[in-house]
Amino acid sequence: MVKPQYRNRIELLQGTLDLMILQTLQWGQQHGYGISLAIRNRSGEILQVDTGSLYPALQRLEKQKWVASEWKISENRQRAKYYRLTAAGKRQLARERSRWERLTEAISGVLEPASKEE
Amino acid sequence: MEFPRLRRKDRLHELNEELESHLAMATEDLVQRGLSEDAAAHTARREFGNLLLVREVALDAWGGRWRRDFLEDAQYGWRVLWKNPGFLAMAVLTLALGIGANTALFSIVNGVLLNPLPYSHPEELVTLHESKPNFATGSISFPNFLDWQRDNQTFSSMALQRGTSFILTGLGETEQVSASFVSSDFFRQLAVVPALGRDFAVGEDLVGAAPTAMITAGFWKRKFNSAPDVVGKAINLDGKAYTIIGVIPANFDLLGTLRSRELYLPIGQWSNAILMNRAAGLGFHGIGRLKPGVSVAQARADMDRVTQNLATAYPAANKGIGAALIPLREWVLGDVQPFLLLLFGSVGFVLLIACANVANLLLARSTGRTHEFAIRMALGAGRGRILRQLITESLLLAVIGGAMGILLAAVGTKEALRLLPATLPRSAEVGIDTRVLIFAAAVSLLSGICFGLLPALKTAKSGPYGAIKEGGRGSSGTRYRAQRVLVAAEMALAVVLLIGAGLMIRTLSALWNISPGFDPKNVLTFGFALPTTMAQADASSVRAAFREVQEKFQALPDIQAVSFSWGALPLSSDDEWQFWIDGQPRPASANDMNWALNYVVEPDYLKVMGISLKSGRFFTAQDNEHAQRVAVVDEALASKFFPGLDPVGKRLHINNGNDGIVEIVGVVGHVKQWSLDADQKESLQAQLYTPFMQLPDKAMAQSASGVSALVRSRDSAPVFESLRRTSAQMSGQQVLFGAQTMKEIIANSLAERRFSMILLGIFAAVALVLASVGIYGVVSYVVGQRTQEIGVRMAMGAQRSEVLRMVLTQGTAMVALGAMVGLAAALVLTRLMEGMLFAVSAADPVTYFGVISLLFLVSLAACCLPARRAARLNPLDSLRYE
Repeated sequence: MVKPQYRNRIELLQGTLDLMILQTLQWGQQHGYGISLAIRNRSGEILQVDTGSLYPALQRLEKQKWVASEWKISENRQRAKYYRLTAAGKRQLARERSRWERLTEAISGVLEPASKEE
Repeated sequence: MEFPRLRRKDRLHELNEELESHLAMATEDLVQRGLSEDAAAHTARREFGNLLLVREVALDAWGGRWRRDFLEDAQYGWRVLWKNPGFLAMAVLTLALGIGANTALFSIVNGVLLNPLPYSHPEELVTLHESKPNFATGSISFPNFLDWQRDNQTFSSMALQRGTSFILTGLGETEQVSASFVSSDFFRQLAVVPALGRDFAVGEDLVGAAPTAMITAGFWKRKFNSAPDVVGKAINLDGKAYTIIGVIPANFDLLGTLRSRELYLPIGQWSNAILMNRAAGLGFHGIGRLKPGVSVAQARADMDRVTQNLATAYPAANKGIGAALIPLREWVLGDVQPFLLLLFGSVGFVLLIACANVANLLLARSTGRTHEFAIRMALGAGRGRILRQLITESLLLAVIGGAMGILLAAVGTKEALRLLPATLPRSAEVGIDTRVLIFAAAVSLLSGICFGLLPALKTAKSGPYGAIKEGGRGSSGTRYRAQRVLVAAEMALAVVLLIGAGLMIRTLSALWNISPGFDPKNVLTFGFALPTTMAQADASSVRAAFREVQEKFQALPDIQAVSFSWGALPLSSDDEWQFWIDGQPRPASANDMNWALNYVVEPDYLKVMGISLKSGRFFTAQDNEHAQRVAVVDEALASKFFPGLDPVGKRLHINNGNDGIVEIVGVVGHVKQWSLDADQKESLQAQLYTPFMQLPDKAMAQSASGVSALVRSRDSAPVFESLRRTSAQMSGQQVLFGAQTMKEIIANSLAERRFSMILLGIFAAVALVLASVGIYGVVSYVVGQRTQEIGVRMAMGAQRSEVLRMVLTQGTAMVALGAMVGLAAALVLTRLMEGMLFAVSAADPVTYFGVISLLFLVSLAACCLPARRAARLNPLDSLRYE
């Protein structure tokens, strides 16, 4: 009985994590560590991206061909795998964003129904 | 394209590097924030989380999880199986037997029944025959055939064929070769293109055309060493030169009664005076190719029109004669289809028994493993996971068993086909091809699931707690029940097979014991031809030559009697004469004549064949070409044409080619001409004997090129060699060929049934062994599990005999249940084989009783061993057990 709920939670996270990763890569190519730092900083240290979710998500996005990767030397002269957004990834990001916006709109509609009447 | 299997290693390597670079960057950041190298590395690693898990989950994103689980299960399963080699060997051997037998039989069914005939558009080919009052598929006369060919509108071509033989001289040793007269369309319509030279031209088959011949690749190789200049050379057949015009490719094969020959000659070359006689039945059968899109029914209607017109045009010869059209496939395979399907069905039973046995083994073993599974479940393995593990193990067994089964089948099929050399058409095409392999794989997997599912479900269903509580000594009544049901089912299947085999054995022994009307013991038959120089000789020199040979043969030691024979030969070949009774008007048409099988024989024929004389006398040496023509008839002719009268002294007019009046001088017993079992089903029963020396001159001259000879020897002495030597001393060009004992002829006529009997017998024996092993296994297992209980009983005063009886009763209860179900099933299923039975009812009480007795004896023996072990238990030991 516990399992189905667990799975739902993962899926919800997956969707949002994918969206955040794609959005992060929109600003330029980045490696895994960089992506996790970026999400943490932009969310005001609220969202801590778990590596156990980040790396599977990156593999998944690569499999979908939404991101492509190559090995490069970082600014700290560290060898790292850089991900960048593909054309398909950009289209996917647009789709995910609009879905996300509709979702948040709908949720806030539910949470603050009275505010509109005022 | 993604290849998860190939790329997984690379990906793992890359992911490792990526995660390390992540850690390195995180560590460097921490160092810059002021932590020491060590503390930074430690913190980074801690924040990162479970490295191994991250790696696994990340890689899973690429899929292939299921496959890896399967491989792990298979590896684990193999280790478990390997730890118990006795069980492994038993299960694999059982499965190999079951799957092997099924694959072998399927490869036969596949080659014979499923594969299309080896001609282009075989569905368009039909065999052609004349339907006559006495023969549903009689032979076609050449003039009728030429008219059929011209008048029909539904065939794109029609060809005619008749087997024959020639004496070949001038090419190594003089020998008899099998040949065939064909019409010139024959090869063209089968789409056979000569490997060398040319095909027969249109009109080359007519009387008067230049003598030509086509030879087979086999003959080409045998006699000419495949020399390419063979076309245009001449060969001498019966003393006449024929020009070779072409070579038929090696893969050409004629099926069924249209047997393959070494030489093919145009029909017109046949020096038979009555070839162009419209009423003559000379053994020609046709093969035709329907025009595309024409159905057999349409062709039949068309041919009805053609034959009706011919009957109007030639009433004397063609009244009552129609055309019989039988699709080639049906003609070739009609007889074997039911018996092959029957065998295929019964071999399926063997596989079911094998599966039941392995299921039982697995059930017994799973009890020993409850502890293992309880622990795995307690550690979090899901029920589905356990189920999958068990099914994987079963599939592993099935795959190994299947692979061994295919090997077994490859060997077994060859052996099985050797049991029936000539009767099965297309047996040369039987082999292991892709379809057979797919079948074997499917059967293996299916049986793997079949025998694995029940034990797996039972094991996975039992929760972890019960098993751990019982300390791994699981003993639940329901588990025994499943095993008992399986054993009973095995017994039921075995009963059905045993009864099938028993009925076949009874049928064959009945057939062997019925009298064919003659005594086949110590009788040798062979073909005999005078030197080819005699082909042009007159009748009196041919008679003199035959008399001389007869005397020389007769004088040999160990020979009791010799007779040449022309015409029909019991159970081998038939030949008919037409006649009418003296004093009655001559019938208007050939088909209004009376028909009789004709045997042209010598005075000693009765002695050779051991046929009984009923009244009058048989022939003597005085019944020669100078004396009045006489005849002897059999009881069937006597009672049909002279009911209530004594035929001796009556006279018959013989028609067609051997015209003349003969006086009946004796009556002999009826001989089974057609077959041992279905002789009565043939409408033609009357038999007419005439003396060989009184054969009309034209026929006598013809007989120089080949007659049959029958010899009775003393005590089955091997006389053929001395006969051949004697013949060779007279003339090196005289040929003896095709020697066969009468026993062999009878055995060949029963070959199909013997094949079914042997195979059914083997299946039944395997079934019985497997079922006995099954019951032995279950009883031993139950005794093993109940050791403690038995010990308690004995400690409480139970006698050894009581323990023995208890175990035996339990065993026999399973057998009795199975036997009852099996008997009921057999009563229904054996009806399918009624057509193959003879003189035995499908519900033959002797067979049923015998099978049940055998089953009880064997299973009692199988139960006895564990029962005695139980009775010998020392109660103290058994109480200390565990």
